[in-house]
Amino acid sequence: MKDSNNNILTKGLIKNNPLLVLALGMCPALATTTSGINGLGMGLATWFVLLCSNITVSLLKNIIPEKAKLPAHLIIIANFVTIAEILIQAYWPDLHDNLGIYIPLIVMNCLILGRAEVFASGHSVFKSALDALGMGLGFTLALTLLGVIREFMGTGKTFGNIVFPGEYGALLFVLAPGAFITLGFLIAGMNKLKKQS
Amino acid sequence: MKKLTSNFKNIFLVLTGIILLAVISSSVVHSLVKDKIQQSKEEKLLGAVRKVLPAYDHFDTKPTEMNDGVEVMRMYKAYDKQNHFVGAAVESSSNNGYIGHIDVMVGFDQLGQILNYVVTEQNETPGLGARILDWFKTNHKNQSILGKNASTANLSVRNDGGDIDAITGATITSRAFLFAVRNAYFAFTSNTEQVASAVNLKADSIQTPTNH
Repeated sequence: MKDSNNNILTKGLIKNNPLLVLALGMCPALATTTSGINGLGMGLATWFVLLCSNITVSLLKNIIPEKAKLPAHLIIIANFVTIAEILIQAYWPDLHDNLGIYIPLIVMNCLILGRAEVFASGHSVFKSALDALGMGLGFTLALTLLGVIREFMGTGKTFGNIVFPGEYGALLFVLAPGAFITLGFLIAGMNKLKKQS
Repeated sequence: MKKLTSNFKNIFLVLTGIILLAVISSSVVHSLVKDKIQQSKEEKLLGAVRKVLPAYDHFDTKPTEMNDGVEVMRMYKAYDKQNHFVGAAVESSSNNGYIGHIDVMVGFDQLGQILNYVVTEQNETPGLGARILDWFKTNHKNQSILGKNASTANLSVRNDGGDIDAITGATITSRAFLFAVRNAYFAFTSNTEQVASAVNLKADSIQTPTNH
């Protein structure tokens, strides 16, 4: 069964992991994962927007004319991103400072637009929500993993807790090249995992 | 249910409807948490003020604003129980950081000696420029600015003939930071009569720090 609910929910974790297999949403993944908490925050924000937009798009799929799909989806996504940004600003001001411009840029995350176009506009509300939950979880886990590895290698901390003194950390991992290197290794590991299963 | 056909009328109505819904929902959320956003912003600022001030009883939560044409400085004056001036926190900024804007909050005692500072906003390179957060507080060689007074010490980097060691590998960041600190001192002295009399220094005898 290709489209069973179980399948829809779990395919985002490994088989179709949005970041590590489909390579969607690379910009926030590379830019914001300087620490575990930033990666987690970015992942959760994206997850929230993805869930809301998938449900809304699926609800409205019959009244949106074919030719107005793209602008309609963009407005819906932009609206939820705005709401997410306002909420983060109010309740997690530190996270808002850390992520900065990358919160509004969630609008441009091809993962969200992609799921709206490919999945939500052709499936029921329930299935779209499951799809968003699975994909969002896969994206959040990948981002958190990336952030934790970079933070650990670069500064010797894990979620802000010191594991080894910072001066032995490889600064490279906190900077942009470290993001590419870590992502490369994660994708390689993912391919190995996929082959085995 | 069949999809609506893509004629002009349908597209127009659907897009207008979605936009209206979007505007309404985001305004509702915004109006619900507006106060909370304001509050957390103020808390962050006042937290920085409290951190850099000397022992005080109360301080002006409404800052005195100064503008030198480029940068805006905000001064929070602090007083002891007898309402005597004990010092002030000055928020100052520089646009010449390595990656844009740097905001600092600098605390002075009544004589203009630097007590502490907090970097309230910066986007400098992690591991290099971002070390401004504690570099200039660390008592190592000549890198600390704490306890220094801009009337006796030259608060600029050594490369420019100053007394302060720049952050290794981040001279531009250090310059911008020290520029903001000097600007804060300038604002502090030129706008506080209490200071002018205490350090026996006329406000207009202090030179405006030159931009670099």
